[in-house]
Amino acid sequence: MKEELGRRWKNFKKFWNIYRSNKLGLFGLGIIIFFIIIAVFAPYIAVHNPDKTNPAEYLLPPSQKNWFGTNEVGQDLFSRNIYGSRISLIVGFLAAAVAISIGVIVGLISGYFGGWIDEVLMRVTDFFLVIPALVLMIVVAALLGPSLINVIMIIGVLSWSSTARIVRSMALSIREWPFIEGARASGGGDFYIIFKHILPNVMPIVYANAALTISNAIFSQAALVFLGVGDVSDISWGSILHYAFSSGALGTGKWWYFIPPGIFILLMIYGFILVGYSLEEILNPRLRRR
Amino acid sequence: MRLASYIVKRIMVSIITIFAIIAFNFFLFRILPGDPIRLLFRNPNLTQEQLNALYREFGLDKPFYEQFLIYLINSIKGEFGISFFYRRPVINILIPRLLNSIILVLPATVVAILLGMVSGTLAAWKRGDKTDVTILGVGMGLYSIPTFWLGGMFILLSIYYLHLPIGGMVTHGTPHLNIFSYFSDILGHFILPFITLTLVLYGQFTIIMRNSLIDVLTEDYIETARAKGSDTIRILKKHAIPNAMLPMISIIAINLGLVVGGAVLTETVFSWPGVGRLIYDAILRRDYPILQGAFYIIAISVVLANLIADILYGYLDPRVRY
Repeated sequence: MKEELGRRWKNFKKFWNIYRSNKLGLFGLGIIIFFIIIAVFAPYIAVHNPDKTNPAEYLLPPSQKNWFGTNEVGQDLFSRNIYGSRISLIVGFLAAAVAISIGVIVGLISGYFGGWIDEVLMRVTDFFLVIPALVLMIVVAALLGPSLINVIMIIGVLSWSSTARIVRSMALSIREWPFIEGARASGGGDFYIIFKHILPNVMPIVYANAALTISNAIFSQAALVFLGVGDVSDISWGSILHYAFSSGALGTGKWWYFIPPGIFILLMIYGFILVGYSLEEILNPRLRRR
Repeated sequence: MRLASYIVKRIMVSIITIFAIIAFNFFLFRILPGDPIRLLFRNPNLTQEQLNALYREFGLDKPFYEQFLIYLINSIKGEFGISFFYRRPVINILIPRLLNSIILVLPATVVAILLGMVSGTLAAWKRGDKTDVTILGVGMGLYSIPTFWLGGMFILLSIYYLHLPIGGMVTHGTPHLNIFSYFSDILGHFILPFITLTLVLYGQFTIIMRNSLIDVLTEDYIETARAKGSDTIRILKKHAIPNAMLPMISIIAINLGLVVGGAVLTETVFSWPGVGRLIYDAILRRDYPILQGAFYIIAISVVLANLIADILYGYLDPRVRY
């Protein structure tokens, strides 16, 4: 057990040494850590109660007291933006977890068994790959009603297809490797081989793909809430933008209301994309610099 | 001959996909909690007889498979029912909106693809140096920008500096003297949503093009061409770009869903009267028939665009036909 841990630690250190040389990747990781800190310590960073309304101080521009100004019901926008980081991270990680679990299982089964199972599963995957995901999410979310769990499930269930495709093509080639033959000869069952031998080998690519899936989930959640089909009563960057738009504050030039949440969404997505991209460059030998 | 059977196969796949979309749509609205009739009329005073009459009128007393068959035929005929809000057939509202969407989406997509090809090629060729890092950084930055926020930024910019129209497709209430003033009015409204959509798509296409080209540039025949003494421009033009175009076509086809998503958000922000804005309004009004019809028509458009890309691909690359 201790030996196993030591080996893992060594592998991680080796990986970290390669990763460290990737400047874009390091920058992306920094951004993500920055937001995790903000989300965890939100109550200490936000100086005002984000929910407290004050009809006397509506739509005030930024000042010493309200750094990002106030909204149409007089809530402090700085505090709301700080708390907003939580929803994006929660939705990003949970929806991606749902999507990746489905994608990995579908991909492994499809690639390992092949034949008609593969054919059927891949047609289903193509279906989800082709239909415009955001529009489908809008329709389903509008029907199911707004709640955080619904939004997470909808994003997760509709975002697994690219993971499935990648995992399938890797599983297809891994199952031909000699050691799989060996495992089968020594009596390993199909599911034992899939989870014990093939899964560990596809995981690196899954990690790279996970970062991109998370960034897509964060974007989708913000877009859904902005359009009014998510939970607009939760404090999230998407809901701040939703009210800035629907209350007419944007159309009348209240820039302090609209600009900050967008910059935060952009930065967070950018962070995840940079990490995903660097991981892919490290793990995919063809993209690695010669 | 091979090409013909390939095309037939692709058409079959498209038909199956469309069938799946219709079936999906059918079941989607059956997972809605509650009774459709009670939901639709929201009248607690309806008697059982009145309810039964309504069930009969809407065909809800028929067996499940018969309901599905009727739905299937109606979908193919383009009958999506009556809009709750407009009180008119959904299809009559959708068609003009679809045309408005195409006016916005098609030019933006074409310009984004062309620009993306140029900068993607440049980045792939200058791989790893400053040009590449800059282009890739900008591309990923644009890709990360939430479409609706970028649109909002242009609205703010327009309010304070540019003074361009920020909503709708034409100025209402001003008579147009001639066709030119009408078109220049539309053009003025077109600029900001067009730039927004183009920029977002441009980021994606740049990254796609760069990666496709890098994949090709690591192939042996590029090495051979270089060894034979071909110069940079020639290798790119003769060997690399034509071969990178193929994966490019299929990746663009797969990403058409993203184009649609971007269009929905852009139209919403700028009140562009396309299908996207219609969806936004339908959400606010709980107009489910419109939502369902809009999803259907968008999905069909994407499937058809994919079919065209597939056929093009088969025509250009003989390998996929076998």
